[in-house]
Amino acid sequence: MILSRRQALVTAAGTLLAGCDRVTGSEIGRRILFSAEDGHRALQRAITDRTALAPEYLPQQRSPIFRSNGTRDPNTPDYNAHVANRFADWRVRIDGLVARPLSLSIADLRAMPARTQITRHDCVEGWSAIGKWTGPRLKPLLALAGLSDSARYLVFHCADRYGARPYYESIDLIDAFHPQTILAWALNDRVLDVAHGAPVRLRVERQLGYKHAKYVDRIEAVASLDGLHGGKGGFWEDVANYDWYAGI
Amino acid sequence: MAPPPTIYRHRIATRVWHWLSAVSVIVLLGSGLMILNAHPHLYWGRYGANFDPAWFRVGWVFEGGRVPGWLTIPQSYDLAIARRWHLFFAMVLGFALLGFMVASLANRHFQRDLRVRARELRAGVLLHDLREHLALRFHDPADPRAYNIFQKLSYVAVIFVALPLIILTGIAMSPGMNAAWPWLLDVMGGRQSARSIHFLVAGALAMFTIVHLALVILAGPWNEVRSMLTGRWRVPE
Repeated sequence: MILSRRQALVTAAGTLLAGCDRVTGSEIGRRILFSAEDGHRALQRAITDRTALAPEYLPQQRSPIFRSNGTRDPNTPDYNAHVANRFADWRVRIDGLVARPLSLSIADLRAMPARTQITRHDCVEGWSAIGKWTGPRLKPLLALAGLSDSARYLVFHCADRYGARPYYESIDLIDAFHPQTILAWALNDRVLDVAHGAPVRLRVERQLGYKHAKYVDRIEAVASLDGLHGGKGGFWEDVANYDWYAGI
Repeated sequence: MAPPPTIYRHRIATRVWHWLSAVSVIVLLGSGLMILNAHPHLYWGRYGANFDPAWFRVGWVFEGGRVPGWLTIPQSYDLAIARRWHLFFAMVLGFALLGFMVASLANRHFQRDLRVRARELRAGVLLHDLREHLALRFHDPADPRAYNIFQKLSYVAVIFVALPLIILTGIAMSPGMNAAWPWLLDVMGGRQSARSIHFLVAGALAMFTIVHLALVILAGPWNEVRSMLTGRWRVPE
């Protein structure tokens, strides 16, 4: 057998990498591999105080340009009408497992006590941008709506669509009650623009960018994520195997 | 004639750690290159995205600006699956190292076999060892069990510098861990610096792996691999 060492190495590497692809093609392989998400969540939650804050930065430490990603413009007839109307008729409903469902206008949200925070946005792709976000904290809004004891997750329904699928995301109550979890209506002291999620987006600062739902029009309190769209708690989780817990 | 003697060279803790780390490093390098493909630029500092100045772009090395599929896990573009591989084996690598460190302090493997003594760093000793390497003699006939000085220095660099650094820079990239351990982010100089250091150390570990494999082949691959499987190593004649 005449096989150069180099050929042997390339063949071995190719076999190994192809083997990896076979693991993710099998049900048991996926289950083992995907179990790391729960491991990381459990470990991080065990060593992190529930109210431990994500780092905050100084105004001069902000990114000169805060790039946008994901949907940059929902561009549906309905959304475009809201843009034309400067979101005067936009409502954020808070419903599901609550005692008093709310329907808040953007003026309502702006009139509420706001938290301003200069934080770093980390995209799952690897880039980071630092910006200043302003908006009311989620926790008092949930108190206002009378969150039920049976609620375990909050689902953020969005106005943008990927084909026929609406974007959505979800967080648990630890993140929902976190002091830096806000419904942001301003970025860098300016009213939120369309590319960054106008008129209102979620900031959940201890997780990656895809959890920060943009164009939010409904916040639904639920006991379980089963039965909602693909059942995995978010658009990217449903269609592309993204982790629901995006703290890493 | 009796077969040459074998000695018990590697304890079970060392062998288990070695193979867990070997598999982890290969998977982490491949999946890490796929994750890099999702945003193939590197920056220094706290932030860094498309409009910020990058110090490294994958496009400078590979046509098309992406690491080719024969080097990545999985082979075709899939950030989510690459992250699943990476974050699973990151835990294997980290906890295996922790266990190995505790065991090797307890069984005195570190103190006995990896301690670098001042006299070993004298120029004459280093030159002598270099000449021995070039002659493909890797063992001191008087004490064949002992590691040579280049071996010690590279193992110490991997176990106590490179692996801890790549684990800590990995943790520093986690937004959840940034809230738990904000000091780590400051030590690394910000998240994008941590990401850059993570990449550079990965390159150093890839180089180490290549040199390590080459030396295993030169030193007698069957004897070396067997010693890492069963612990028993035949003293070279």
